Amino acid sequence: MSYHIDQDGYYGRFGGAFIPEMLYPNVQELKDNYLEITKDPAFVKEFEALLSTYVGRPTPLYFAERLSERYATNIYLKREDLCHTGAHKVNNTIGQILLAKKLGKTRIIAETGAGQHGVATATVCARMGMDCIVYMGEVDIKRQAPNVARMKLLGAEVRPASSGSKTLKDATNEAIRDWINNPVNTHYIIGSVVGPHPYPDLVARFQSVISKEVREQLKRLGVEKPDHVIACVGGGSNAAGIYYHYLDEDVGLIAVEAAGKGISSGHSAATTALGKMGVIHGSKTLLMQSADGQITEPYSISAGLDYPGIGPMHAHLFESGRATFLSITDKAAMEAGRSLAELEGIIPAIETAHALAVFDQQEFEKDDIVVVNLSGRGDKDLQTYMDYYSL
Amino acid sequence: MNRITQKLGSEQPVLSIYFTAGFPTLESTIPILETLENSGVDMIEIGLPFSDPLADGPTIQASSTMALQNGMTTAKLFEQLADVRKNIKIPLLIMGYFNPILQYGVEEFCARCEEVGIDGLIIPDLPLAEYEREYRQIFEAHGLVNIFLISPVTSEERIREIDKASKGFIYMVSSSSTTGSRMDFGSAQHDYFKRVADMDLNNPRVVGFGIKDAKSFEAATEHAQGGIIGSAFIKELEKNGLESIPDFIKRIRYI
Repeated sequence: MSYHIDQDGYYGRFGGAFIPEMLYPNVQELKDNYLEITKDPAFVKEFEALLSTYVGRPTPLYFAERLSERYATNIYLKREDLCHTGAHKVNNTIGQILLAKKLGKTRIIAETGAGQHGVATATVCARMGMDCIVYMGEVDIKRQAPNVARMKLLGAEVRPASSGSKTLKDATNEAIRDWINNPVNTHYIIGSVVGPHPYPDLVARFQSVISKEVREQLKRLGVEKPDHVIACVGGGSNAAGIYYHYLDEDVGLIAVEAAGKGISSGHSAATTALGKMGVIHGSKTLLMQSADGQITEPYSISAGLDYPGIGPMHAHLFESGRATFLSITDKAAMEAGRSLAELEGIIPAIETAHALAVFDQQEFEKDDIVVVNLSGRGDKDLQTYMDYYSL
Repeated sequence: MNRITQKLGSEQPVLSIYFTAGFPTLESTIPILETLENSGVDMIEIGLPFSDPLADGPTIQASSTMALQNGMTTAKLFEQLADVRKNIKIPLLIMGYFNPILQYGVEEFCARCEEVGIDGLIIPDLPLAEYEREYRQIFEAHGLVNIFLISPVTSEERIREIDKASKGFIYMVSSSSTTGSRMDFGSAQHDYFKRVADMDLNNPRVVGFGIKDAKSFEAATEHAQGGIIGSAFIKELEKNGLESIPDFIKRIRYI
């Protein structure tokens, strides 16, 4: 079975491009050109140079000795938290802005939830001298004030999404509406492996640098391949990146969703546990929705995991059984985040803390090599940590 | 012959109205339909509300949110429409996003449409390729025409492809915008309407998005067989209620 995109833009029965005709020329232009442009040696060279000198890649693969000792296995952390802007998101925004330039676009739009993708987009727009408009739910603007300030400092305009639930899904709707209104000069930088084909594949390719490096780094340690790879999944871009080069190999893939206050609590973002097949933001995928097909608002303590769907690639990995999907509550994630800080001196983003909480839920063999994608750092979550632990 | 094709064969430009089912109240669907037909409207698009209507501007978004809060569902709409063909003779289409239809079951949805007498569907986020891939046979088995959209940025090649795949009419989105744009039609729109008219397509064209009064209706139908009013009608309902419908239609049509 293939876990990669097929020629119609599907992963198994998930994916496709369910877009209004007004967006057909934009999406078609991307679809017709993305492979050729991103495989061009000059493009690759520029992309890799920026990843190296601007983002700080390769990021270290760090053996977490004390964490490994506690859980009696071998845990390696892929330090995406050390990327410029503090998370893996920038790998994709660098790639997409170079692509936008090649397509002759002059104006960039993006959606953001917690603000990480918005900051990563505003950053590369500043670097490239492009106009940048970031849509963000009104509720999130209030919750994530420091990231809003960062985007403004970087010269981006932050536009509030005031429709619907005023969070990430609504910000995405507003970005899509902007694109409908500005079809010629604008490129939409989607932040995750979601949206109409070719976005899920495009973003996965840009993020695949993560597993490319992990493979090289492990080989240098004499390890052919890991036994397990763990990543958190909101839309699923960091997971797609660290799975990418292991999809067709005998490597266990563990995807961690946010259970919020518990799967049955009505306050959760565990899409594979609670969702059904549906269409959101141009993609057929698993989706949290009412019996009548209205999209429901997810909940998680981490703003980066509360998306009501998951990327079509992950829906296929789930349905085919290729990846194991687990869900972690707010409480377990907050505890895992604190443990990492205390044991390894690394404060993880709360999204990432969900992936780390797996070790309290599942045992690994003593000889197993387990790689966790440490997708982001916790600076942006300090207020949440402070509130939770009364620091 | 399908009611839509028959209606669009007439000399006079076709006036079509969109409204969101369940707005302003849950039970307004049938009274609005009856008043519209009695006021001389030629065709109606019944909007199936959705939580995330990404091709719509603020007016239709707000009406959808209100309709959902009022308790509108797909099942409820079909219940309301059960006897609609006892009185209503003009063509009726359902316009909605794909996800609620997918959840209801595409086959079941189409069967219910046929049962109650719906003539066609407009589903903005079900484009040609996805329609052909899985759904055309189901729609056609139930006698439903699926209406495709084109916009000013649609290439000539693509317009011809859509013309070939279309029955009923082609929905011409007037400008690159979501619904309810406040802009008046300028020379760019006239050029676009004329350009498409000169392509000598098989299907009639009906213009939508941005028609709000007699003037824009006239401009839209100079080179097309009909025009659709949505946001402006919703605004009228919001402001003046159902009683204002006959006057609103008169103002569009008979000035």
